[in-house]
Amino acid sequence: MSNPMRSMLYIPGNNPGMIQQCSFYGADSILLDMEDAIALSEKDAARNLVSHALRSLDFSDVYMTVRINGADTEFFEKDLEKIVPSKPDAIRLPKTQGMEDVKHADELITLLERENGILEGTISLHAMLETAKGIVNAFSIATASPRVRALTLGGQDLAADMGIRRTKEGTEILYARSAVVMAAKAAGIMAFDTVYIDISDLEGLLQESIMVAGLGFTGKAAIHPSQVPVIHQAYRPDEKDLRKAIRVVRAAREAESKGIGVYTVDGRMVDGPVVTQAHRVVELARISGMDVEGADLK
Amino acid sequence: MKMTTNSIGRKVPVSVPGWGKFSPYNGPASRLDGQYQATTAQICSRVNPASRDKVVPSLREAIENTGLSDGMTISFHHHLRNGDAVLKLVMDTIEEMGIMDLTLAPSSLTDAHDCVADYIRRGTVRRVSTSGVRGEVGKAISSGELEIPAIIRSHGGRARAIEEGSIAIDVAFLAAPTCDQMGNLNGLTGKSACGSLGYAIHDARHARYVIAVTDNLVQYPLHPFISIPQVYVDHVVRVNSLGDPSKIATGAARLTKDPLQLRIAQNAFDLIKASELLAPGCSFQVGVGAISIAVASDVREYMREKGIRGGFCVGGIGGFMTSMLEEGLFEALFDTQGFDASVTDSLLKNPSHIEMDVSWYANPFNKGCIVNNLDVVVLSALDVDLDFNVNVLTGHDGILRGASGGHSDTAFGSSLCIIVLPSYREGVPSIVDRVQTVVTPGETVDAIVTERGIAINPRREDLLLLGRKAGLPLRDIEGLKRETEKVTGIPDPVEFDHDHPVALVEYRDGTLIDTVYRIR
Repeated sequence: MSNPMRSMLYIPGNNPGMIQQCSFYGADSILLDMEDAIALSEKDAARNLVSHALRSLDFSDVYMTVRINGADTEFFEKDLEKIVPSKPDAIRLPKTQGMEDVKHADELITLLERENGILEGTISLHAMLETAKGIVNAFSIATASPRVRALTLGGQDLAADMGIRRTKEGTEILYARSAVVMAAKAAGIMAFDTVYIDISDLEGLLQESIMVAGLGFTGKAAIHPSQVPVIHQAYRPDEKDLRKAIRVVRAAREAESKGIGVYTVDGRMVDGPVVTQAHRVVELARISGMDVEGADLK
Repeated sequence: MKMTTNSIGRKVPVSVPGWGKFSPYNGPASRLDGQYQATTAQICSRVNPASRDKVVPSLREAIENTGLSDGMTISFHHHLRNGDAVLKLVMDTIEEMGIMDLTLAPSSLTDAHDCVADYIRRGTVRRVSTSGVRGEVGKAISSGELEIPAIIRSHGGRARAIEEGSIAIDVAFLAAPTCDQMGNLNGLTGKSACGSLGYAIHDARHARYVIAVTDNLVQYPLHPFISIPQVYVDHVVRVNSLGDPSKIATGAARLTKDPLQLRIAQNAFDLIKASELLAPGCSFQVGVGAISIAVASDVREYMREKGIRGGFCVGGIGGFMTSMLEEGLFEALFDTQGFDASVTDSLLKNPSHIEMDVSWYANPFNKGCIVNNLDVVVLSALDVDLDFNVNVLTGHDGILRGASGGHSDTAFGSSLCIIVLPSYREGVPSIVDRVQTVVTPGETVDAIVTERGIAINPRREDLLLLGRKAGLPLRDIEGLKRETEKVTGIPDPVEFDHDHPVALVEYRDGTLIDTVYRIR
């Protein structure tokens, strides 16, 4: 099982200092941004810098994603041509509106993987849904290519597209959040929640992170390193849930070794989904630095 | 100049024209064998017993009364930080009087003291002994403008040197933020209030003459707080201003938001926690660097959460530490130097915030300095090397631009000495094969902490075990160095003229630990 990605930290693609240091900020994954964070006059510089950084720096085991510019811009193809050979873990496709957008990007990436001797399908696509149309098409986007490994919600642009105002409570995008999570779960891929803009309000961020974790998002975007530990805190299992999850994992292992199909933990029947969920809780606990002794993690 | 090699492989002179003989460094505890003999300056009464007023009309007259003449030694304290105008005021008067070839022995030189470069060039100052050298003075000394090498001493080392007579102060000029006409003085009130006068107290006790310079002359007797009593003061001189209050009384340093600094601080805190030293009664020192304060913040949270009440904090004190005292997280604060204005009030009002002279703080050869009671100290550095030696004195360009301060004193005295620094600054790596200048020997340093991980000194096997047990990101120091160099490359070495030492770095016990050379 790969590490859960609770946090995805935006790093401006034209900031060499931050790019060099980004793997020390504690985020599970990094998003090197070449889109909104970069002025038009800086696009070339950011593209070169990100490409060079990916090839020359050691980001340890941090999952590296690059947000390229949208297919409706003159930068889209140039971005892919430069970034695909640098082999990021994933490319984030902004303003994905429908399955055609995914297929178009997928074809180009496949071509570039071939040209550069990279095994086809190596680079994942994360589709960013930030328009009403994109939200409505969430499931078809999620299933347009096996390359799509995550849906991500862009709350700011979505609000602009819908002509509504963002609030701290987030009621206005509750449907969008639910739709993104539901489509991602149905497709068996990850779902990342949008950013929390007020970097001084860590308590507000914590409440929102707890809420989206509860909705089912696998992770949340961060726009400042100080947000990372707060997001992680929201994904930290409570001690009671962890102990129960460990009992489930152990029972599942014992049952498997004895060839038992049906068994109970704490008097309740355990089935496949419960075991999967228990594994996830244990894994989240492990990366949260909790004591998972007894879970026999391998 | 005849040179020898000391126990850490550094070339140091055995005799220096203008200073005399020196012993090479031979381990941090090599002179703690009881053989050390101190000679204390004898102070005799020079003041008319019938006098009830020591105020002299002018600085010049006060200097004339001391008999200051060519070749003598004068001292200043640096409690007024970057706002100090007293050193320049006094030196300009001395120049007007035509006195030459002085030994300047301030407790340190700050950014306010660029003028010292001119006194060196004009021959007013012939020798310098200090803790810190920066700016124009650093450049002047590093380019060889001082004929006799400067001596760099730690705070504890300077206290020792004064007590043993290696620094024999003829006249101490003590900026006094508040003073009465008999010379009772403190640093806590008045427009130039600066906090503790820990360095000045020691100079006052041992100088042949003491002139208090004040811009806040108050009615006798000064009360309730007296840092230096009248028994040590010969003359009082009133001036309009001791300096720039905005630079004397800086605001308290804020908690950093820089993610890299926070990362380093987190690693340092994790190590402190793993060391199991954060227990009831623990003692602690941090500086006021951004990383140090962030470590202190983590320590505060931890102590709150666990309900731990520490014994004491020590050192240069910043606002963060006084807030921990007020909160009851420590029993007492021992304060030799305030780092910002917010501590002044605390020293005045809180009896558990104790003013401490610099010998009490760090002199290795008294009957027990406070650094020896320290559990944890967190220190910064310009760079470190594979032997864990620390340089806080010369920059990447080889020029003097730092201060020895209490670095080697606290490193020696503490149970856990942690050096925090980023793995590189402005593209130049911080971990090198061999630091240009050793101020603190690696044998007294327990760990180097960077954002990339923690390197524990292999001498500390106990700490290594605790670190492993806690799952800390432990690295060997060579690995950290190699990893950093993948990003930065390896800079070309600075070229020095090794025939021309420009500064001698004394270890706290008076032996020479390293030599700084003229840059080419």
